[in-house]
Amino acid sequence: MAKLKSPGELEALRSSILKKRDPDKPCITVCNGTGCQAYGSKSIMAAFQDEVKKQNLGAKVDVKAIGCPGFCERGTLVVIKPKDIFYQRVRVKDVPEILSETIGKGNVVNRLLYTDRTTNVKVTREGEVPFYKRQMRLIIGNNGLIDPTSIDDYLAIGGYTALAKALKMSPEQIIDEVKKSGLRGRGGAGFPTGNKWETTRKAHGDTKYVICNADEGDPGAFMDRSLVEGNPHSVLEGMIIGAYAIGSHEGYIYVRNEYPLAVRHMRIAIEQAEAYGLLGENILGSGFSFNIKIKRGGGAFVCGESTALMASLEGRVGEPRAKYIHTSEQGLWGKPSNLNNVETWANVPLIINRGGDWYAKIGTKGSKGTKIFALVGNISNTGLVEVPMGTTLREIVFDIGGGIPKGRKFKAVQTGGPSGGMIPESLLDLPVDFDELTRAGSMMGSGGMIVMDDKTCMVDMARYYTTFLEGESCGKCLPCREGLRQMKYILDGITEGRGKEGDIGLLEELSATLIDASLCALGNTAPNPVMSTIRHFRDEYEAHIKEKKCPAGVCTFEAVKVK
Amino acid sequence: MAVKQLKEKVGQVLEKYQRDKSALIDILHDTQSEIGYLPKEALEEVGQGLGVPLSRVYSVATFFKAFSLKPRGRHLINVCLGTACHVRGADKVLEQMEKELGIKTGANTPDLKFTLETVRCVGACALGPMVIIGEDYHGEMTPEKVSEVLKNYS
Repeated sequence: MAKLKSPGELEALRSSILKKRDPDKPCITVCNGTGCQAYGSKSIMAAFQDEVKKQNLGAKVDVKAIGCPGFCERGTLVVIKPKDIFYQRVRVKDVPEILSETIGKGNVVNRLLYTDRTTNVKVTREGEVPFYKRQMRLIIGNNGLIDPTSIDDYLAIGGYTALAKALKMSPEQIIDEVKKSGLRGRGGAGFPTGNKWETTRKAHGDTKYVICNADEGDPGAFMDRSLVEGNPHSVLEGMIIGAYAIGSHEGYIYVRNEYPLAVRHMRIAIEQAEAYGLLGENILGSGFSFNIKIKRGGGAFVCGESTALMASLEGRVGEPRAKYIHTSEQGLWGKPSNLNNVETWANVPLIINRGGDWYAKIGTKGSKGTKIFALVGNISNTGLVEVPMGTTLREIVFDIGGGIPKGRKFKAVQTGGPSGGMIPESLLDLPVDFDELTRAGSMMGSGGMIVMDDKTCMVDMARYYTTFLEGESCGKCLPCREGLRQMKYILDGITEGRGKEGDIGLLEELSATLIDASLCALGNTAPNPVMSTIRHFRDEYEAHIKEKKCPAGVCTFEAVKVK
Repeated sequence: MAVKQLKEKVGQVLEKYQRDKSALIDILHDTQSEIGYLPKEALEEVGQGLGVPLSRVYSVATFFKAFSLKPRGRHLINVCLGTACHVRGADKVLEQMEKELGIKTGANTPDLKFTLETVRCVGACALGPMVIIGEDYHGEMTPEKVSEVLKNYS
């Protein structure tokens, strides 16, 4: 493939791709995300390909492996386009029937359809499944439309139009558009993206870096993985636009090594974009050049912190530094560096295409656009949920998530990853945005939402998170290193029946010290799980300490002698 | 592995990354997947090849969880202890795994067949508790399923 030398050539290529495709030809899409692969989607994909040959249906149907559309609970997901017939929990043995019935005869295989739990009615079309219907799938929706390893698929749905448009704008215009959109960083801190870009643009120096943080370390959060796996070009496109606006010619993507599929798909995407001249020298004949390298993480939670991530990119130990000088002034190798999270980058093409004003109409006053949440834990519909900012927790957990399984009761939802907070039932009508979550003693984080039922012990959860954070503390600063160790020690004691009067006060005191004195955000936010559980579930702590009882029945007090 | 062979392998990895110092983590990843772990000789070779002091190579190799300085078994078992798996009882699965293999987390079986480790979330939360053995994902694990799953590996 020759490199594209102008936006016109890009459009010509797009038309030629579309001309070759018949929109009416049935296409079987099989989810190939990590979640569905765990259900065996690879062998289902192979079975479809074999069976198409066997039944001689090659001319009648295409088969395509797609990225994660989000409804992990019902995997393996199979959707037949263009009619959008939605089959769930598909296994290899169902493959011949789908082909002979649905493709061959045009019949729907009833037993593979999704049943709406509230009405008990079978749903045929993907868009009518309640889990999807109540979402606003601006970003993740495309995962279901494309084969992530095919740049032609991305071009066919309008990929890289935003880049072509951006290259005709001035960098200042782009930054203005992003500022107008009100986009805030999706990695957790919620810093206004446009402002960050502006600072980096204005920072002194010729060499500037653009970095994508795909070190999704929060356990129970996997939206970034799904975007990198399912639509890597959207992230690349966002980064190229950002680099042009900032004046950077070198970019890095820092990906967790625990996500092998994401690494593989991103590598392929970069090669393809380079082959088409969308990355590299003189992009689309604009005179602007930009290259991207992938770097793998080594499995350290703290490397999600910007300065630790940059240290790790330099080939050093991932320890953070104090940020008296922002990384947008002095970051990677001391040069101005702009770091954004995967989802933030993926929002950029949308903003350029549709305009900042359009984008700013979605969401709440202080938080614009949509947010993808990973809804997991004791929830009926585990999966990825994209909703406008300001959607209430109740809508997410009950209307979209389908509530708590096994007839149990809702107890709390933990947002914001290990250093987020626990939100009780009384706050379920909270509109979810950056500011409201912080006010409730939790945080947005990267968007993990772990739902817990009444069999979950809140003290045990606080101990779980504190243990996690104690293990992941890099050890550079004392408050975090020692403080978390002491907090873990106290929490171990409480959950094992050695709780003492005054333990709660001590936990609160240590928490305050961590918040004030830690070097980085890991330590600053680490007390959140403990503080929020003390705030909302103090009675459970007291039951453990005073009565040596775990109300949820999780903690065992075997070691304690019954007096 | 003979030292000569080891040096050759490390050399290939170093060339792949054009002896770029900043690629140290990637280099250690690739070295580990070539050799199975990171023996002292490999760390020395990487340090010399990159012109980076051994102390720094060692600090990176020990800071990140992904690296092992000890030999590992043929099959690496990772029990996911992410939050979604935790609230669904992953610790019971891990306990059973330890019992079944007769080793503690972080150790190898004496025949070097298995290494047992834990991981913090692989993002397949719908199927929690998850156990990953090599590249195979085993979802919806229970303590009862442990011995059956282990039988698939030789």
